[in-house]
Amino acid sequence: MDSMTIIAIASIVTAGLTIAMGSIGPALGEGRAVATALSSLAQQPDASATITRTLFVGLAMIESIAIYCFVVSMILIFANPFWNHVIAGAASAAGK
Amino acid sequence: MRLSPDQLIFWQHGLFKLNGTIMFTWALMIVLVAGAMLITRQLSTELKRSRWQNLLEIVVTGIGKQIEDVGLKNPEKYIGFLGTLFLFVALSALCTIIPGYEPPTGSLSTTAALSLCVFLAVPLFGIEEQGLWSYLKSYAEPTIIMLPFNIISEVSRTLALAVRLFGNMMSGVMIIGILLTITPFIFPIVMTVLGLLTGLVQAYIFSILAAVYIAAATRTGKPKPLPAPKS
Repeated sequence: MDSMTIIAIASIVTAGLTIAMGSIGPALGEGRAVATALSSLAQQPDASATITRTLFVGLAMIESIAIYCFVVSMILIFANPFWNHVIAGAASAAGK
Repeated sequence: MRLSPDQLIFWQHGLFKLNGTIMFTWALMIVLVAGAMLITRQLSTELKRSRWQNLLEIVVTGIGKQIEDVGLKNPEKYIGFLGTLFLFVALSALCTIIPGYEPPTGSLSTTAALSLCVFLAVPLFGIEEQGLWSYLKSYAEPTIIMLPFNIISEVSRTLALAVRLFGNMMSGVMIIGILLTITPFIFPIVMTVLGLLTGLVQAYIFSILAAVYIAAATRTGKPKPLPAPKS
């Protein structure tokens, strides 16, 4: 296998694995956060504004981990520097 | 496939480029500034007022109340900065309804610029509230060993702000683009609605996090002693 094939295979497999494994953790964390928020809402309904706002802030922090994995995956698929470098090399070699 | 409006170039002259991000940002700025100037031309303090003034008052008092809930005592000092952050990001998300528009916050340059503003504003507000030496001392709390970690956490939460907003907006645009090539009829509209919701939530999160960072920086260390009770 030449280097082009290796780079392509590695990028595709890594992109898929990144987003797959990177969504498990935040999903579990957000589930626990919402469950705890719901039970504390049931215990103290008049603090619902504070609880809801803190819940949203916490969810955004947890969500950003999944967003990091998504950004890495998108970069690997659409803006892959290794792939661009290899493609440019192949194009200049074919153009000669 | 275009990752961000940065690659949509309208005009180029040597090094200077007018790309989609800049044009859409200018359009948003014109809408916000012109709208505010037109509405506040004749403010009335009686019960009878125009509906636009009513709308602006709801928005401003709502933001002020949220800032106060976070723990900042005088919201008037911070409502200019935090309110502008919220309104810019929210309007940039809402305008995705307009066809041909791409949110400028879907480009890492815009979100990095906004989070750099927060990165600079937090020490400025902190020094204005606490004084220079007291603010710098707060980096060494609770012990001097924490000094590098506090600095690293400042930098990393700025980076996290930028990447969070960029990732959310970029993913919304990209999902709609991909779906348009697969199932072009009903499903992209559902995803656009979801994109609107996440855009507004991210606008709220951005400004609330900026408010929380400013509140942490302006919180004076020791509580002021209570005045002696008059006997």
